[in-house]
Amino acid sequence: MFLKLEPRGEASRSMSYLSPLLAGLLTLISGGIFFAFLGHDPIDALRIFLIAPVEDLYGFGELCVKAAPIMLCAIGLAVAFKAQVWNIGAEGQLLMGGLAASAVALQLLDVESLWALPLVLLSGMLGGGLWGLLAGWLRTRFNANEILTTIMFNYIALYLLLYFVHGSFKDPDGYGFPASAMFGDSSILPVLLEDTRLHIGILFALLAVVIIWVMLSRSFIGFQIKVLGLDSNAAKLAGFKHKRLVAIVMIVSGALAGLAGAGEVAGPIGQLIPSISPGYGYAAIIVAFLGRLHPVGIFFASMLMALIYLGGELAQIELNVPLAVTSLFQGMLLFYLLACDVFINFKIKFNRPQISPTLENS
Amino acid sequence: MNRQVSATLSGQMRLQLKGITKQYPGCLANDKVDLEIAAGEIHALLGENGAGKSTLMKMIYGVTKPDAGEILWQGAAIDIKNPSMARKMGIGMVFQHFSLFETLTVTENIALALGDEAGDLQLLAKRISTVSKQYGMELNPDRHIHSLSVGERQRVEIVRCLVQDIKLLILDEPTSVLTPQEVEILFVTLRQLAADGCSILFISHKLKEVQALCHNATILRGGKVTGDCIPAEAGATKMAQLMVGADTPISSDYPKATGGEVFLAVENLSKSSEDPFGTSLKKVNFSVRRGEILGIAGVAGNGQEELLAALSGEHLLDSSDPVKFAGRAIGLLGPRERRQLGLAFVPEERLGRGAVPEMSLVENTLLTGFLQGLLNFGFINQGKTEQFSQKIIDDYKVKTPSNRTAAQSLSGGNLQKFIIGREILQNPQLLVAAHPTWGVDIGAATAIHKALIELRDKGAAILVVSEDIDELFLISDRLCAICDGELSPSKATQETSIEEVGRWMTGVFEPSEPTAPQHADSMLNTSTIN
Repeated sequence: MFLKLEPRGEASRSMSYLSPLLAGLLTLISGGIFFAFLGHDPIDALRIFLIAPVEDLYGFGELCVKAAPIMLCAIGLAVAFKAQVWNIGAEGQLLMGGLAASAVALQLLDVESLWALPLVLLSGMLGGGLWGLLAGWLRTRFNANEILTTIMFNYIALYLLLYFVHGSFKDPDGYGFPASAMFGDSSILPVLLEDTRLHIGILFALLAVVIIWVMLSRSFIGFQIKVLGLDSNAAKLAGFKHKRLVAIVMIVSGALAGLAGAGEVAGPIGQLIPSISPGYGYAAIIVAFLGRLHPVGIFFASMLMALIYLGGELAQIELNVPLAVTSLFQGMLLFYLLACDVFINFKIKFNRPQISPTLENS
Repeated sequence: MNRQVSATLSGQMRLQLKGITKQYPGCLANDKVDLEIAAGEIHALLGENGAGKSTLMKMIYGVTKPDAGEILWQGAAIDIKNPSMARKMGIGMVFQHFSLFETLTVTENIALALGDEAGDLQLLAKRISTVSKQYGMELNPDRHIHSLSVGERQRVEIVRCLVQDIKLLILDEPTSVLTPQEVEILFVTLRQLAADGCSILFISHKLKEVQALCHNATILRGGKVTGDCIPAEAGATKMAQLMVGADTPISSDYPKATGGEVFLAVENLSKSSEDPFGTSLKKVNFSVRRGEILGIAGVAGNGQEELLAALSGEHLLDSSDPVKFAGRAIGLLGPRERRQLGLAFVPEERLGRGAVPEMSLVENTLLTGFLQGLLNFGFINQGKTEQFSQKIIDDYKVKTPSNRTAAQSLSGGNLQKFIIGREILQNPQLLVAAHPTWGVDIGAATAIHKALIELRDKGAAILVVSEDIDELFLISDRLCAICDGELSPSKATQETSIEEVGRWMTGVFEPSEPTAPQHADSMLNTSTIN
């Protein structure tokens, strides 16, 4: 072997920031090669994929519409991941949030009140939060691995949603299509920019990023969450309450994902349909790690992830490639990130045959 | 010493190291080290943690190779390629942490270590019995390792070396796991081995033992040889100074105190261990008074962890009565509530319990110091926390680039000073310290001992659990020992002896009575009479 990985001794700080950028660059290069193999000019294809979607104001609006739920899910996941609680269930919590928000919104179809929208959003947060708490409780009470339970809860949430959307929530005047009635105007998120679909959901996302940032860096509860994640023995010795902290992080990340779900049904969609999320909750896992679990990083990573969603849609139209290209880019990004992260703790050493000084002397 | 002289006269050294240098990334572990061991010589390699002792012996045993310098075996230069080659040459090594399979018998373990040379197991078993009897280390070859005491396990490791044709035996800190009585038995064995012509390299940082056992000593500091001496003739102070450097103060003696009223009272504390391989506590009784240090001796794994967890609040008791702070039963209170009542706690593991490795010293200050007014309505008062961390660093002379440095980049001694300082500056009424100077250099150990004595003189009750019996005699006012989850009665340090505490450590004592406060009063009376 000419190449050897050698432990650095101390984790490299600069590499931990460089790694996501490097991963992004490698994804671009590989994406270019991939487009070239499909017979497209790689530069032009990447332009269509990454720049064309946001060339006008409408495109920018779409970017934010997609970024908002990703950001909400990812910032919530960051809180759980900081505590080393591996919540993989943002998708399910998002769906439960959307379902709970729809349940309330459908009761308020004809109500015209300022309270309608907050009520819809809060019930979304409640739905997602409780769905998260359930997995947290299973972990602290029965020591059930939260990675497995949250993944399974994702499917349960999806089928619950389908059950209602095909059943009692189905619009009686909807010609049998599996979709609820359109929500009342007072339950719909107001649009921010005219002629776009940009709604105030993005403001909630930005607010959540700031609040979580303050919570993690300034509050004692955030400190306890970080200690629990880094060193659970130290947390125990200091008397931090493990079960309570796990419950808190699961509620927080679940509620934020639930808010994302509520923002989808009460935002661009405007009703409950079978597919309210194209995998935002899963993409958010990549985003959380790409953003180094840091609020600022998560902001940029969410924007990038939203762009990949948009680019995938546009590439489907303009380049005639399947929509799966979105998943492909997400996957590449994650793999390159994991590969680049190796260099945070290791460095490459080139092995050349060496003559040791002892031999030279003798 | 005559033997040593005659060996030198014969002109052939068993092992000679010349200018051995080993560079690790960022650390020069050995710098031109010279060392000579004659046949039949017991040679001490003295030095603090990190002085380069382990690196040196790893090179002799073929685990790593020197960057420069040469190794001469019986006069001829040799390149020791790997441990199996070293074993074939007649070098045996007993590591500090044993490498034995618990579910196998003594014979099976030794056969595994010998590999092909083991031969017929029954013959090997016979040889094990003969060899162990010959050197006064009775060992039943058919017993399973898990049923053996730590001292007996060490015998297995030594016998493993002896059944081969051994010329040099390397022992890495062999006494750290033994009771004083077991140490004596080990020394008898080693002297007999040396008399038969086997050379012994004895690695230690305990001066008294080196003085009692070794013919010669080489002292290492910071990877360099700082001196050679004959331990029996050189004073302990001189050797200590060679180990730590002339500018480091060494603790000598502290006045003993008798203390005042009882603060911590433990009565009939029984608790089964949560760890299936742990030791359950059986009716433990003791008390610690304000203004005194109680030391608990014992070989590791005899219930210390369980006792400490019961005191810190990490493991809650079934009822609140067995543990009392100033008369208040607190067995059901968690760590935070106990801290509010005046408890401070220094755990055995510095990194990964006492401090979060990746976090800065400021954040680690907050870890247990959060009750010291560092919080404002759930938010961290950054300014105050930084001030507090700086005060710890200044008051306890913690060597660190800044208070933003991560805990893991501090040396063991400096981090321990930081943790002790953090706990003491919270003005505790009771400080519980587990192995406070374990793996810490002498300079830091002295600073820590002084800090504990100062806290005691301010009127705090202090409980020290340690495996280092010399340390306990140095700083404790009263001593007891724990064995298999039972605690011996306590005695004032001046009224007991290493031998007596050693007996307690092996479980030879009458169980103590649950009348701790009265006991304390009677002690007070005798002290006033005196």
